[in-house]
Amino acid sequence: MIYRETGTFSTSYIEDRKLFPIPFDKWAMGVFLLFMVFVVPLIASDYWLAAHLIPILAYGCAALGLNLLTGMTGQLSLGTAGFMCFGAFFTFNIMLRSPEWMNLPLAMVLAGSVTGVIGVIFGLPSIRIKGFYLLVSTLAAQYFALWFFRSYPYFLNYATATVTLPDHHFDLFGIGDAFGVDMASFEAKYLLSLGIVCALALFAKNLMRSSTGRNFMAVRDMDIAASVIGIPVIRTKMLAFFVSCFYCGVGGALFCYAYLQVLGIRTFEMNRSFEILFMVIIGGLGSIAGSFYGTVLVYEFPILFSWAGDYLLGGAFDTAVVDNVAKILYGILIIALLIREPGGLAALWLTAKQKLRTWPFPH
Amino acid sequence: MDFDWVFFIELIVGGLMSGVMYSLVAIGFVLIYKSSGIFNFAQGTMLLFAALTFVKLTEGSVNFWVALAVTMATMVVFGILVERFMMRPLANQSLLSLFMATVGLAILIEGMSQYIWDSAIHGLQLADFLDLALLDPVNMTVFVVDYIDWLDILISKFDVFATIVAGTMILVLAVFFQKTRTGMSLRAVSDDHLAAMAVGIPLSRVWALVWAVTGIIALIAGLLWAERVSVSFTLVEAVLKALPVILIGGLTSIPGAIVGGLIIGVGEKMGEIYLGDLMGVQGIETWFSYFIALVFLLFKPSGLFGLKAIERV
Repeated sequence: MIYRETGTFSTSYIEDRKLFPIPFDKWAMGVFLLFMVFVVPLIASDYWLAAHLIPILAYGCAALGLNLLTGMTGQLSLGTAGFMCFGAFFTFNIMLRSPEWMNLPLAMVLAGSVTGVIGVIFGLPSIRIKGFYLLVSTLAAQYFALWFFRSYPYFLNYATATVTLPDHHFDLFGIGDAFGVDMASFEAKYLLSLGIVCALALFAKNLMRSSTGRNFMAVRDMDIAASVIGIPVIRTKMLAFFVSCFYCGVGGALFCYAYLQVLGIRTFEMNRSFEILFMVIIGGLGSIAGSFYGTVLVYEFPILFSWAGDYLLGGAFDTAVVDNVAKILYGILIIALLIREPGGLAALWLTAKQKLRTWPFPH
Repeated sequence: MDFDWVFFIELIVGGLMSGVMYSLVAIGFVLIYKSSGIFNFAQGTMLLFAALTFVKLTEGSVNFWVALAVTMATMVVFGILVERFMMRPLANQSLLSLFMATVGLAILIEGMSQYIWDSAIHGLQLADFLDLALLDPVNMTVFVVDYIDWLDILISKFDVFATIVAGTMILVLAVFFQKTRTGMSLRAVSDDHLAAMAVGIPLSRVWALVWAVTGIIALIAGLLWAERVSVSFTLVEAVLKALPVILIGGLTSIPGAIVGGLIIGVGEKMGEIYLGDLMGVQGIETWFSYFIALVFLLFKPSGLFGLKAIERV
């Protein structure tokens, strides 16, 4: 009874294709977004923005990219961090080496496109290689990215390990100076990330409702059957790699620019790829909202756990012990979730919705 | 410049030896994949766990053989637990969730082994132990003296030993798979586990057995690797090194794991020395093996010896 969908009838095809067919969903989403845009920057402290919201947005962007590839198109990838690395480095270089008029969002889009092309190159083997065998291609991408930027220090502007990203990169056509706003403040970075991520999420949502998205899913479910019914399998796979790596590239750029504020190779080690794969699996393969649920859970879990460990046990154990126990619990959590709910948090949410729908009369 | 033949041959031999080490890890993968279709990502942490358990026991001045037996028993118990609490509830789920479950298991084991033992880097003088336990208890010179000098080509004795161990293990496994009743039921399960259950093969017992055997293989591989790279988190990275190996050989073939290991071992060394020189860059070792694997897979999409997937609509 709390969550109702009765009484909404579509009377035209346009209405039938609406993004949020249920008024409750539409209003909830609208209120949520307004809250995120107008209220959060006012009430959230720098710590909350810098250490929680911004990284979640950046991770979420990359997780969304991986979900498009793995969840929607069924191509397993372990090279996410590698593609993020390409995106971040290219963004930096475009900003560094282009004339005045270049600005960060445009640079991210350009860098994302280049990353997408690189993704297509590493995705080419997927024409012939399937399943777990494809891991080798994405792993090659991961290690190649790290090696490439380590071997050619030109891309790091000849710095030794990391580059601190300069504040003036954030300036958008001098808006900051004109209105007296600090464009490199956390609030501005947060709004920039939020805007980009919302736009990309909306695009992904619409992509999945289009024939392209249905092609993706057909290829995932069985590519031979897909080719039989006339779906261009090769083109679909390449497009999936392009779109996915575009998202990962932008995610990587956000990760460095908005979150870490430094650019370095060590940010994008193998572990990062796994972390993002976890986000996608835990959130729910093939669900756009799921990518974000998973991101929140995976990102916040270690923080919450070490906080709880500190708070409850009052530092009776040293951090190494808490760390290891967190790892154990984390492993158990993943296995348990896969056993209980292979669809991830997104499926859990659907179940909850069903419960709300029938509440308080469960039958 | 004259081509340095001795160096070249030394390179090949060295490559072959490190290939054997890769194969050791790869066999564990293949075993599980063969019997349950799972790509077991936890293999690397199992290596770490086994080696760490062994090292801590011997550091606590437990006798070599006792430590070995205790560790083996631990790995067997571990295998049974994994079957009971992970494999059985996850039966019939998609391969991707199974794969992710093993990644979860990897994190769990990593935390557990560092919680029970510690996360310091341990050296393991397996060569000392071997001399002490097996060959030359008085002078301890067989393994500790490192190299055989043969026609100016230096070969590490320990590598030869590793090769022999790997060879023996493969022989044992081959006989086990082809000749014994249990081995045949394993192959039946890998073929089609519903059909295997229908003819009365106890699925859960077979899986528990596979995980236990894999645990023992992980112990052996872990000890041999530990001698080279010390017992620490680097052992886990050995797994990622072994990935191209199994993929070249084909996920379902034990001989494939060996051949793949040799190809990667030699190819990697060759690439680093000659191709790296040619391109004027260093460190291409990190990704070169994946490229070799890619080239092979482009011609044989399911590996050299892997089972060709027949797909029907």
